[in-house]
Amino acid sequence: MDIPYTVEIRPDTGIYNAKVGIWLFLASEVMLFGGLFSAYVLLRVGSLPGEWPHGWLDVRLGALNTVLLALSAITTLLAWAACKTRQFGKFKFFHACTLLLALSFLCVKSYEYHDKWIHYEIKLKDGTFADGHMVENDLKEDYLVIHGRIVTDEKALYDLRAQKDIKLAEVKIPRASIASMQNYSPRHNTFTAIYFTLTGLHALHILGGSIVIFYLWAFGGAMWKTDPERFTNRIEVSGLFWHFVDLVWIFLFPVLYLT
Amino acid sequence: MSEHHQSQTHAAPSAGDSHPVDFNAYLRRCLYVFIAALCAISLMIFASYLPHFGWPAKVTMILTVAVVNAFIVAGFLMHLLSEKKMIYTVLGFTVFFFAGLMGLMVWATGDFPVGTIFH
Repeated sequence: MDIPYTVEIRPDTGIYNAKVGIWLFLASEVMLFGGLFSAYVLLRVGSLPGEWPHGWLDVRLGALNTVLLALSAITTLLAWAACKTRQFGKFKFFHACTLLLALSFLCVKSYEYHDKWIHYEIKLKDGTFADGHMVENDLKEDYLVIHGRIVTDEKALYDLRAQKDIKLAEVKIPRASIASMQNYSPRHNTFTAIYFTLTGLHALHILGGSIVIFYLWAFGGAMWKTDPERFTNRIEVSGLFWHFVDLVWIFLFPVLYLT
Repeated sequence: MSEHHQSQTHAAPSAGDSHPVDFNAYLRRCLYVFIAALCAISLMIFASYLPHFGWPAKVTMILTVAVVNAFIVAGFLMHLLSEKKMIYTVLGFTVFFFAGLMGLMVWATGDFPVGTIFH
């Protein structure tokens, strides 16, 4: 049985069915991310003065990921254009580039997550705070070592951009002097919670999109031989999803890394 | 046969096609879009480090650049500058509900119950 309107235009909508479907799906995605962005706005404007973090994320890595996604959006479009002009070899090349760029994005994101996971804020019993990346945490030893610094006021840990010349060194902390310690995981504060939620959901979209793109890249040859126009439409639909993922990051990068 | 192949290589409009394609033209378009994206990224980072500007001014500048960048991506890469009425209708509804969502959120930010204690 043939599925209608996979290639030919449906008279009442003026486009083929999959394209209507993907735009409806993207509309629901806008509302999904919109809900989270609005949660971010609420948390941000509701935070106490001086307690919203600045400079916690590496702008260089964020910018690198933005460039990677922008490039992947372009290779996706070129893959579709190659299909339209019946150049399957070029399609394979550009879609492979998209996949590599997507995987690179995920690698950078994983590195950033790992960096936050081994970053600890340690409240000491004398009222000061040690903050830095864990270097040594052997439970058999009565001390741990971080690469960071000690501050007297916790607020000094929030706005890192306003502080010039932050000096970091290896700090040895006796376990007996620790009142509490916590890594920069989602439960650390509202910023890390919304950061991990927004970027985690976005990374899941990247992963899902990559799986679809890989499937079309690896197993698309059969449909290309029998129905190239239908295959091209599939590439267009997956490309529209990929551009949407790029669009979301265009706003995530400045909102989380720069403001 | 070769003539047929040649004509398909340069432009292959089809039944479901609303965008006749010239690969080289797309390559040029992509190059411009990528340069625009690089400029936008640089501008946003530059704006975020500008001295003598408060955060509201910086946020406004950065988000303005982000919106322009998003417009370029959506307009040229997603072909939204030349789409069908059906898609504009779907997007019109999306914009309406998204604006409502954000508007309600901004409206609610100052809406604290009586007796709320501020530290």
